[in-house]
Amino acid sequence: MRSFSYERATSPGAAAAAAATTANAKFIAGGTNLLDLMKLEIETPAHLIDVNDLALDRIDETADGGLRIGALVRNTDLAADRRVRRDYGVLSRALLAGASGQLRNKATTAGNLLQRTRCPYFYDTNLPCNKRKPGSGCAAIGGFSRQHAVVGVSDACIATHPSDMAVAMRALDAVVETVRPDGTTRNIPIAELHRLPSDSPEIETTLQPGELITAVTLPKPIGGTQVYRKVRDRASYAFALVSVAAIVQRDGSGRVALGGVAHKPWRVEAAEAELPGGAKAVTARLFADAKQTRDNAYKLPLAERTLAAVLREGGA
Amino acid sequence: MAKVSFDVNGETHQFELDTRTTLLDALREHLHLTGTKKGCDHGQCGACTVIVDGRRINSCLTLAVMHQGDEITTIEGLGTPDALHPLQAAFVEHDGYQCGYCTPGQICSAVAVLAEVKAGIPSHVTTDLNAPVRLTNAELRERMSGNICRCGAYSNIAEAISAVAGRSA
Ligand SMILES: Cc1cc2nc3c(=O)[nH]c(=O)nc-3n(C[C@H](O)[C@H](O)[C@H](O)COP(=O)(O)OP(=O)(O)OC[C@H]3O[C@@H](n4cnc5c(N)ncnc54)[C@H](O)[C@@H]3O)c2cc1C
Ligand code: SF4
Ligand code: FES
Ligand code: FES
Repeated sequence: MRSFSYERATSPGAAAAAAATTANAKFIAGGTNLLDLMKLEIETPAHLIDVNDLALDRIDETADGGLRIGALVRNTDLAADRRVRRDYGVLSRALLAGASGQLRNKATTAGNLLQRTRCPYFYDTNLPCNKRKPGSGCAAIGGFSRQHAVVGVSDACIATHPSDMAVAMRALDAVVETVRPDGTTRNIPIAELHRLPSDSPEIETTLQPGELITAVTLPKPIGGTQVYRKVRDRASYAFALVSVAAIVQRDGSGRVALGGVAHKPWRVEAAEAELPGGAKAVTARLFADAKQTRDNAYKLPLAERTLAAVLREGGA
Repeated sequence: MAKVSFDVNGETHQFELDTRTTLLDALREHLHLTGTKKGCDHGQCGACTVIVDGRRINSCLTLAVMHQGDEITTIEGLGTPDALHPLQAAFVEHDGYQCGYCTPGQICSAVAVLAEVKAGIPSHVTTDLNAPVRLTNAELRERMSGNICRCGAYSNIAEAISAVAGRSA
């Protein structure tokens, strides 16, 4: 690990300002992704800004009947919150499907959203990777790519976003609240937080340098049967090959977001109009522009079958 | 270098550490509490599990300087050879190990799992998110999945934990 200086920020505004004025600074929350990558020298910050004192660890009800989740709320606490279990079951389920009990106790809402890909070549510093080293090439294209994305890919990168939580938040139309180094705040719909890789896979989100996530808000509950189903290589403590978050209403309408298939949680609102036609019709729309590899082509039928199982569970 | 102080097994310790020092390395290299093990150093095995302010975490993926004022319990703080913690005794009784390397992490994790069930925290296999949690074998295995045992002592580990859970339930 490269050496770094360390400070504990005392307010969100001060944290964002420090991140913008200190060279090569990074926020650290739970540390479960950042420290992992620092040990491998994939992340090499010169300065860490610890945000754990920022009192952003509450879950409050909003004026319009939704929930405002502080950026530092731990994954365990979010999954266990009575209101989340009752009204946003898909979010509890997605969180509980991720990582391990130990990791969820540390992992934060913001850190989970901003965790980096699990592409094995991103982790192997001996091999080319445009995300780790822009312009070096992509070892996954033409390499071992069974974990990789099948849609929204580019010639530069075919990595997936590994978060389970983010997939459920996409289905719930969550909004990310931030503060920028100049003190201004803004709201970013989760659909606009993560980017597709395009020709700059090293830029993963639309956050500006030094911009701090302060909270994630959920709109008022929409009811329905909420399901999260994750398919992985072992029954627990493994990342998704494919996952489906769905909210199905009695009249058969609903929302569907997929994990493990793209560089961001994959939801195509137009595809949801096909729900009465069943899983095949929905996935046909979701994957209209799919570009699979020989190794990951299995994800297309797997996603369709997983969605079919979810829709059966949802009573559609 | 940075200064930090925290409690380990009821005693306050002051450190002056390289900021890069993980909590795991502070415990093992600085306090010589070598019960807590380093398996993978990347959050993938659970051998480094300790209990911080009542919650289990992987001590390899957290910096010592981030624990100012925290209360940390390691395997050495749970019990002693003369006065074993009930879970330590149950691991002996049920032969919940082979080489023993994962055992301190398994036991710290299990102590926290029983508290999590008591607190009503659901898991991936909990059927009804809005009903009280019952510690079935499936629940136990899911909740312990962050602790890998290379020797495959899982069935005896599960028996040891169930025995204690049954007694305290
Ligand atoms: C073995 C293992 C298995 C795992 N399995 C899964 C899994 O199955 N599913 C899954 O979804 N995840 C999984 N994870 C990933 C885990 O969920 C993430 O590591 C965790 O959510 C990251 O949160 P954190 O608070 O620890 O982030 P940190 O490591 O502290 O930070 C991550 C990134 O977010 C930035 N950041 C943190 N807070 C803020 C903020 N408030 N504003 C702006 N930037 C911020 C940091 O600068 C850093 O770049 C796994 C991890 C491990 C190690
Ligand atoms: S898929 Fe993306 S992250 Fe993986 S090697 Fe290629 S550029 Fe790197
Ligand atoms: S050493 Fe910490 S999880 Fe393996
Ligand atoms: S007893 Fe050997 S690793 Fe578990």
